[in-house]
Amino acid sequence: MDGVPKIQLSGLKKAFGPKRVLDGIDISVAPGASLVVIGGSGTGKSVLLKTILGLIRPDAGSIRIDGEETTSLDATGRERINARFGMLFQGAALFDSLTVWENVAFGLMQGQGMHRAEAKARALENLASVGLPKEVGELSPAELSGGMKKRVGLARAIATRPEIIFFDEPTTGLDPIMSDVINNLIVACVKDLGATTVSITHDMHSARKIATHVAMLHGGRIIWTGPIGDIDRSGSPYVDQFIHGRAEGPIQMQVRA
Amino acid sequence: MNPLATIGRVFIGFLAGLGRIALFAANTVSHCVRPPFYPSLIARQMMDIGFFSLPVVGLTALFTGMVLALQSYTGFARFQAEGAVATVVVLSMTRELGPVIAGLMVAGRIGASMAAEIGTMRVTEQIDALVTLSTNPYKYLVVPRVLAAVAMLPILVLVADVIGVLGGYLVAVYKLNFNMSSYLRQTVDFLEWMDVISGLVKAAVFGFLIAMLGCFHGYSSGGGAQGVGRATTNSVVSASIMILVVDYMLTELFFATR
Ligand SMILES: Nc1ncnc2c1ncn2[C@@H]1O[C@H](COP(=O)(O)OP(=O)(O)OP(=O)(O)O)[C@@H](O)[C@H]1O
Ligand SMILES: [Mg+2]
Repeated sequence: MDGVPKIQLSGLKKAFGPKRVLDGIDISVAPGASLVVIGGSGTGKSVLLKTILGLIRPDAGSIRIDGEETTSLDATGRERINARFGMLFQGAALFDSLTVWENVAFGLMQGQGMHRAEAKARALENLASVGLPKEVGELSPAELSGGMKKRVGLARAIATRPEIIFFDEPTTGLDPIMSDVINNLIVACVKDLGATTVSITHDMHSARKIATHVAMLHGGRIIWTGPIGDIDRSGSPYVDQFIHGRAEGPIQMQVRA
Repeated sequence: MNPLATIGRVFIGFLAGLGRIALFAANTVSHCVRPPFYPSLIARQMMDIGFFSLPVVGLTALFTGMVLALQSYTGFARFQAEGAVATVVVLSMTRELGPVIAGLMVAGRIGASMAAEIGTMRVTEQIDALVTLSTNPYKYLVVPRVLAAVAMLPILVLVADVIGVLGGYLVAVYKLNFNMSSYLRQTVDFLEWMDVISGLVKAAVFGFLIAMLGCFHGYSSGGGAQGVGRATTNSVVSASIMILVVDYMLTELFFATR
């Protein structure tokens, strides 16, 4: 990788009480790359994204965005950095006191001060790109299905055309066809907007489609990272077990037989 | 288990909680004076806190005024001082019961709903989402509620004062057979501006406490539906206690100045 990485993490640690979730994460993401983070359920993938966004304060380590250290930023500096991010939350996290289109237009109106009418038009365009007709814009989030909420969350994350976008399980809960539409949309974000993305997914099909690079999180560390093309010859039994979805292997799930 | 260590831990936990609340309050105040401001959100909260609380506050104030007249009459009749009923009703209402009754009612109605709403936003990551959309949750969620409560509580209390005095008047005139005009004269004769103003100042302070504690408990809630339930209860209990404690302190303050 040449030049300054868009995102660079080194020695990042976070524990909740005695539980060490992130235990020294080192990784960097080049501008325009699309990193997919894979790993078992509960290994700390969502915590990793939230820590980069400053929603969770790390115990140790450094986070650099375009070379700028963000762990020591004050509130205004944080806001300035966050304006460059977009995030799709795993649970969508739509504002239930607003309508769907107001959710999508939120960053445009509050963050960028765009006028309501213009923001609405933009919001409806974004909704259309995730396959939602404009009638849906007038509904409240409580009236949507799980997959529709996910797509509205996605539309909201990309509405402000951010430089860096995080997708936490963008295709979970969607049918295979809609999953493919969303995969294409994420690829388009990287291509057309020149965005740098970090996505979390359990769906290897989707990972192969959207990733330029893959990182596997296990035991609080990145145990393997490389270009997507190398994933089938990673040489890591952990990665092999994960991508083939086998219960037997070095990763032991805590279940009672 | 060492009992002394347990007491120590509880005490330290209590102090830490107070510190967190103080920090939250300081943060809120500092965000009140820095842009961006959200006038439309403040207006919506004012409507909710002021207008929609009128029925509850009015009803409780009415019956409080009525029972005040009845009780003070029972007492004063024993030493032929019935003439003091009107004065007692109006002074108790404006100085004390108006602000406290309205405060407790609003704590139950508004403090609880603030804690539940903000708590739900916390546990469903909506507050995190606000941050990622470059919106400061203090400014967007907390400040409008606190400002609206500080502005609306005095108005509610003024209404409660009037309705409470009216309640006392109705009981005195129609049940205890007082003379209408002399009751009204006795009501205003001994009333001073300071009586009303001290009550309104109390109301504004209670408004701040209710909204701030409601937001604080919601904001720091965790642990799903159960956590939100706990935040709601805590907001009402802590606001009610604070209202009574601060009421005494403010009364002492006003008492000392005159
Ligand atoms: N706020 C929190 N307080 C305490 N523990 C937490 C908190 N957030 C996450 N954890 C713990 O951190 C661990 C990692 O959680 P995380 O949500 O990052 O998992 P994940 O890798 O995203 O899993 P999934 O694929 O199921 O979404 C979990 O064991 C969880 O219990
Ligand atoms: Mg997750």
